[in-house]
Amino acid sequence: MSLLEVSDLSKRFGGVVAVDSCSLSVPAGTITGLIGPNGSGKTTVFNLVTGFIAPDGGEVHFKARSLAGMGPDRIYALGIGRTFQLARIFPRLTALENMLVPVRRAGLKALLSRGEWGHEKERAMEMLAFMDISQVAGTLGGALSYGQRKLLELAAVMMAGPELVLLDEPAGGVNPALLERIAERIRELNRQGTTFLLVEHNMGFVMNLCHEVVVLHQGHAIAKGNPREVRENPAVLDAYLGT
Amino acid sequence: MSGTPTIAIRAGRVRALKGLGLVVVGILALILPLIAPDPATTGMAVFTVMYVGLASAWNIMGGYTGYISLGHAAFFGFGAYSFGLLLNHLSVAPGYLPFVLVPVAGLLTAVLAVGIGWVALRTRAATFVIVTIAFMFMLQLLGENLVKLTGGGAGLALPYSHDWGGDFFNVPYYYAMLVLAVLALVISWSIRRSKFGLGLLAIRDDEDKALAVGVPTRSFKLTAFVISAVLVGMIGAVYGYYVTYLYPQFAFDPLIGISMVLMAFLGGLGTVSGPVIGALLLEPAQMEFAYRFGASRLYLVFYSAVFLIVILLLPRGIVPSLADLVHRWRRGAAGPTTTARGSREAVKAASP
Repeated sequence: MSLLEVSDLSKRFGGVVAVDSCSLSVPAGTITGLIGPNGSGKTTVFNLVTGFIAPDGGEVHFKARSLAGMGPDRIYALGIGRTFQLARIFPRLTALENMLVPVRRAGLKALLSRGEWGHEKERAMEMLAFMDISQVAGTLGGALSYGQRKLLELAAVMMAGPELVLLDEPAGGVNPALLERIAERIRELNRQGTTFLLVEHNMGFVMNLCHEVVVLHQGHAIAKGNPREVRENPAVLDAYLGT
Repeated sequence: MSGTPTIAIRAGRVRALKGLGLVVVGILALILPLIAPDPATTGMAVFTVMYVGLASAWNIMGGYTGYISLGHAAFFGFGAYSFGLLLNHLSVAPGYLPFVLVPVAGLLTAVLAVGIGWVALRTRAATFVIVTIAFMFMLQLLGENLVKLTGGGAGLALPYSHDWGGDFFNVPYYYAMLVLAVLALVISWSIRRSKFGLGLLAIRDDEDKALAVGVPTRSFKLTAFVISAVLVGMIGAVYGYYVTYLYPQFAFDPLIGISMVLMAFLGGLGTVSGPVIGALLLEPAQMEFAYRFGASRLYLVFYSAVFLIVILLLPRGIVPSLADLVHRWRRGAAGPTTTARGSREAVKAASP
């Protein structure tokens, strides 16, 4: 079984069907891209998988365990991290404090857990150095550039050592040099064992980085395969170009 | 980096200065009834220390999580009434023994706070503010209408010690309030330095993002709410014992709830020392106003003016604004990009 299995997932907002019987799987150790035209339901799938919204139908399994009824905090504790479309960090906390916020344990255990500050700070500084932003460790999140925020968000998500990370448009709004750095860091983290599922509009970024690509159209997964197969799939061309 | 040791030395000096200041303030607080024993001063001190405790306790919820409760007077009044009823029903002799029972009032307040928090924390932002005010007025109405239990508008009498008279009367209450204020401060300080506290600050900044990185926001918020309420309830209990007579409109007084919020705002929300400074500035000033202008509520005009000035000139409060000034002065450059605290932590973390 794959690390993440999404089966017949559906979500409707009033009269709009955002996700329609969507099924996809993310094998462990891969970087999987989730692409599709605007409004095809990609971010909604992310929100459903990470527990931010409840599905109307269908199921999500992570390591063969159902995530039904779980909130985002429990899902994170199980090993699924995520980033947001517009980089979200804690603006009134320093970059280092941003790194120390993630909680590994769920519920009451999280409340009672004593922060292993020494160890955690050391790991946080290592991760900031890995992202090349250790020089801003003491800077407030709100004073960071957008690119630094993107890197900090990814670094912070990695603090609890998630097995699967969902990246919502990691290349959105960043310059080409930073784009390459982000891609390189994702590749490196993947080599170290983290599985990625990413939503992205930058096709060059997706095709270079991803091992597999799933295409969503009108809330439904219409194609899956390696980047080359997907690029040449007539159904995909039809969905994107309307031909 | 040659700058790092310099920053570390400066940070060390600031820490030493803060420590020295704390020791001086602590000694002054301890010996105050000895150096200024007149009842007018000790009476003012009782209320000032009470508000130090109240503002610090409120700050644990309002300052750290950003959930502004304007209804904390509900816990203050509940603590006072539950303590009064406890003393009356158990026929506890007045004197020092009742002080030992103050934590019982805290426990009872905890039960109430779990119930109110369970409901109120399903809301956010302005709705939360309104829900907390609504609960406060509900308790005030219950205090007025459950006449057999609370005495209603006729009030509830608490026992008081006839042995404590003259200059000494205020002293036991002053020290009881001081103990609770220190307790609130120590708890606030410990939370601020803990993983739990960092989670609360993350909730303040972006609650959904906090959820996404595993912060169990509901249990964190409820815990902060209950801790804050218990402290306020215990302070309310000592207040009740001090004033010896409780009336619903004074025990569940919205102005008490607003005062603790204003003090925390003035000093600096989410900082440990901010609410203390806010209380030390506002409460004596308010009492001076009351003294000069009689029992009129003219001090409310003063409160409004202070609130306006704070919002317009010091929207982040005294402590964060001063910290920025000091930081800029130390760096010799404009632009509050980092906090001294942040620099210090980064240095600490980077050190082996």
